[in-house]
Amino acid sequence: MTAAASHIPAPAEKPPVASVGFIGWMRENLFSSWSNALLTVLIVWLLFKTIPPLVGWLFINAYGFDTSSRVCIADRSGACWAFVGEKFRFILYGTFPYDEHWRPLTTVLIFVGLLAASCSRRFWRPWFAGVWIVGLLAVGVLMWGGVFGLSRVENALWGGLPLTIMLSVVGLAVAFPLSVLLALGRRSNMPAIKAICVGYIELIRGVPLVSLLFMSSVMFPLFLPEGFTVDKLLRAQVAFILFAAAYQAEAIRGGLQAIPKGQYEAADALGLSYWQKMGKIILPQALTISIPPLVNTFIAFFKDTSLVIIIGLFDLLGTAKAALTDPNWRGFFLEAYLFIGLIYWFFCYSMSKYSQWLERSLHRGHAR
Amino acid sequence: MQTAARRLPEGNEIIRCIGVNKWYGEFHVLRNIDLNVARGERIVICGPSGSGKSTLIRCINRLEEHQKGHIVVDGIELTGNLKNIELVRRDVGMVFQHFNLFPHLTVLENCTLAPIWVRRQPKAEAEATAMKFLERVQIANQAKKYPGQLSGGQQQRVAIARSLCMNPKIMLFDEPTSALDPEMVKEVLDVMIGLADSGMTMLVVTHEMGFAKSVADRVIFMDRGEIVEQNTPQEFFTNPQSERTRLFLSQILSH
Amino acid sequence: MAQTRLSLNDPVTRGLFYQALVIGGVVAVGWYLIHNTLTNLESRSIATGYSFLEREASFAIGETLIDYSPADSYGRALLVGLLNTLKVSAIGIALATVLGVVVGIARLSKNFLVARLASAYVEVVRNIPPLLQLFFWYALITEGMPAVRQALEPLPGVFLTQRGLWMPVPLADPAWKAMGVAFIAACFALWGVKRWAAARQARTGQPFPLFAAGAGLLAGVPFVVWLAYGAPTAMSVPELRGFNFVGGVNLSPEFFAILVGLTVYTSAFIAEVVRSGILAVNWGQTEASRALGLNNAQALRLVVLPQALRVIIPPVTSQYLNLTKNTSLALAIGYPDLVSIANTVINQTGQAIEGVAIIMGVYLSISLAISLFMNWYNKKIALVER
Repeated sequence: MTAAASHIPAPAEKPPVASVGFIGWMRENLFSSWSNALLTVLIVWLLFKTIPPLVGWLFINAYGFDTSSRVCIADRSGACWAFVGEKFRFILYGTFPYDEHWRPLTTVLIFVGLLAASCSRRFWRPWFAGVWIVGLLAVGVLMWGGVFGLSRVENALWGGLPLTIMLSVVGLAVAFPLSVLLALGRRSNMPAIKAICVGYIELIRGVPLVSLLFMSSVMFPLFLPEGFTVDKLLRAQVAFILFAAAYQAEAIRGGLQAIPKGQYEAADALGLSYWQKMGKIILPQALTISIPPLVNTFIAFFKDTSLVIIIGLFDLLGTAKAALTDPNWRGFFLEAYLFIGLIYWFFCYSMSKYSQWLERSLHRGHAR
Repeated sequence: MQTAARRLPEGNEIIRCIGVNKWYGEFHVLRNIDLNVARGERIVICGPSGSGKSTLIRCINRLEEHQKGHIVVDGIELTGNLKNIELVRRDVGMVFQHFNLFPHLTVLENCTLAPIWVRRQPKAEAEATAMKFLERVQIANQAKKYPGQLSGGQQQRVAIARSLCMNPKIMLFDEPTSALDPEMVKEVLDVMIGLADSGMTMLVVTHEMGFAKSVADRVIFMDRGEIVEQNTPQEFFTNPQSERTRLFLSQILSH
Repeated sequence: MAQTRLSLNDPVTRGLFYQALVIGGVVAVGWYLIHNTLTNLESRSIATGYSFLEREASFAIGETLIDYSPADSYGRALLVGLLNTLKVSAIGIALATVLGVVVGIARLSKNFLVARLASAYVEVVRNIPPLLQLFFWYALITEGMPAVRQALEPLPGVFLTQRGLWMPVPLADPAWKAMGVAFIAACFALWGVKRWAAARQARTGQPFPLFAAGAGLLAGVPFVVWLAYGAPTAMSVPELRGFNFVGGVNLSPEFFAILVGLTVYTSAFIAEVVRSGILAVNWGQTEASRALGLNNAQALRLVVLPQALRVIIPPVTSQYLNLTKNTSLALAIGYPDLVSIANTVINQTGQAIEGVAIIMGVYLSISLAISLFMNWYNKKIALVER
């Protein structure tokens, strides 16, 4: 071997200063070209123009929770959080008896707890349905009362956040079995059953929710035998169930379609009956894949509960609007909408982040 | 081998790389690369994965940007100047590991797209040229099909024809057979050997050592971002100079 | 054989049996509901049928696209509502598309601030109920804006008040109609030029600056016509007379709220669709185009967009449908769309079933028409690929 044999590796050098660190980041992300630099400057200028007045209105010039309404009305340069301080219990719980507010509060906590627990894959087991049933029973007892020494509260007095969550969660839960049947029916090879399921799903998805709520409020009473009445809340709940079933069925159908044909063939080869095949092989897999789209359906659904205001129920949006009609507190719509907007946003945003995370983690599971 | 003894015209470099350095963030991916390529020369670049060989040839048509040093292709230096970059890219063809054919266009349309829009050829002329090259890669009978309907080997041959339609002075190959099933490797290598025989300047990143032995004028071994060793294939394979080359060759030739 | 045919173990017989069972169930439930309904209607002495559509409506409607007075029929009132629904949907779809595409591309920007701002917009807007957004925009105008007498004037001739927005409009002139005709003619001419340019490029290889020519044609021809008509410039400018503005054109707070609310809400969803559509096109496609010497614009137009559109169009269609269905939220702020007029009609006549049937029938037809059109379009696009 010659002297050239031992090649000495060149040492790693530091990159030029301008391409790494803070300066490198700025060059790469803010000033990579003339047009980008111009955009950056424009946006910084816009932020500079909007952020300080916004912060001023929200915090610096704002009035705290215990200001009187006269002070707030006299000076509108800042937000009037006194309005929220005065009204937040009405906005959150509606006309539920004031001294019993711990009951709707507990209801909300039970729902949030159940939803949060359902996010964990550890609880994706049949027995968890039992936990849900117990939770829903507890909610019923808390809201209606009349037992265990709780005073009876008619559901005409329910409102606010518990109503919003209840309409969506109960709607989703009751619609779920129905939607599984609809999804299976749509994939069935029996023409009559397929036609009925397709017809139902497309009919519901083709019309606005408002028209279904309308139907529930003006047509349901006509459907029932004479002398039989159902209150407004239950009618709205039924409309939501019918609505949710169609959309969830489509989410589940997507899951069913994603199951490879080999799974069906393997189940058939084992001699399983249709319901055994679906119940033991196909649905467990399909429903797992369907969960992210189902969560997205739920988010849409949660936002749509606000439409009940149209038929005169007071959900979170309804109570906020009602609070705004107080003649002593006119004109604080920004504060009210910001308050409930934050609540809606918190629920929807966390659910959508969860659904995105879940989709990625399910995807990883498949790649393995 | 007669290829190793082939005489190349002196001082007629079509690519010159002088002290080229590149970093991905803090990672030093190309270290002081000096490389001259003569017109008509066939170079095979090999080395372990992550050694910077793909990055190097991607710098030559500026799909990647180098941060230090100079790259001059056929008399044009690659800088931020967009006009120059486009001029260089017209004359430098590239074949990718994953073919990157355009799935929404037929084989023929894939081949005529750039000649029509970049070289401004009349459609009939572009199609005639395309058919000539498709003939040469023996796939002319599939011209009306879409890429999705072809096998991997066929797609890669179309990709080569697509590059040739631009009448390039240099062809870059970035692991052209790595994504292929074993039985399709040969049909692609045959096309590349044919191309080499026609006198094309070629830079090929590959692990196909048989191809390197029979076609290359020079084999370059890269490791950790630098050129460790370069030599004629004969010398390179029979008498490797550095320890790292020997280690690499023993790993790659052992099976 | 005959024996097994009749057994439930035979798949064909079993299928027929189950189907008969389900159909029987559906018919039974349907009959029960119809029976109850008919009994109820009889006991409340409500006549069924659509004859009420010809009766006099005797209520006024704030915004109409066609002539309407309270003396007109319920049918005409519903038609006014339908046209208002279509008007909001069409303008909303156009604006939401533009905004959504801009935001979607901005989310992919290399500029950190642009990308962050766009994603904040999407995350805020799509996680707040559209009805709340509608109320917000409505309150912003009706409560946040000054009274008519203290109107804000952000631009000369443009007035913002709690009763909506007033803008100047050109005075009626034969030139406008002629310019409209000229514009349509220019569209046809452009189509011709496009064909000619394609043929010429195929023949000689010379590309034609179609974009510049198109812009010139579409703007230039109407401009020439405008000059030929003596370049009329007279404007009807809104003016404060007494308690209200006279002249110009007025956007009512209701129209403004529903248009802005739905546009903003839908644009966030369209932005996500556009972003994922562009991301769905492999980066290798762009690299291959650049390696062949195509410039950025050509790579985008000839390679990336044709592939991205195939991914983008179906979900965007369903967003268009959602926007159309969401126009029914107009009821909550009092914009006279189909649903709110049908609501009034139901309240006045008691014809609940017919009213709901009309709403559903109209929306179903719109949904069906849009999905048929999009199916046709998808097929056309898919044909290019295979």
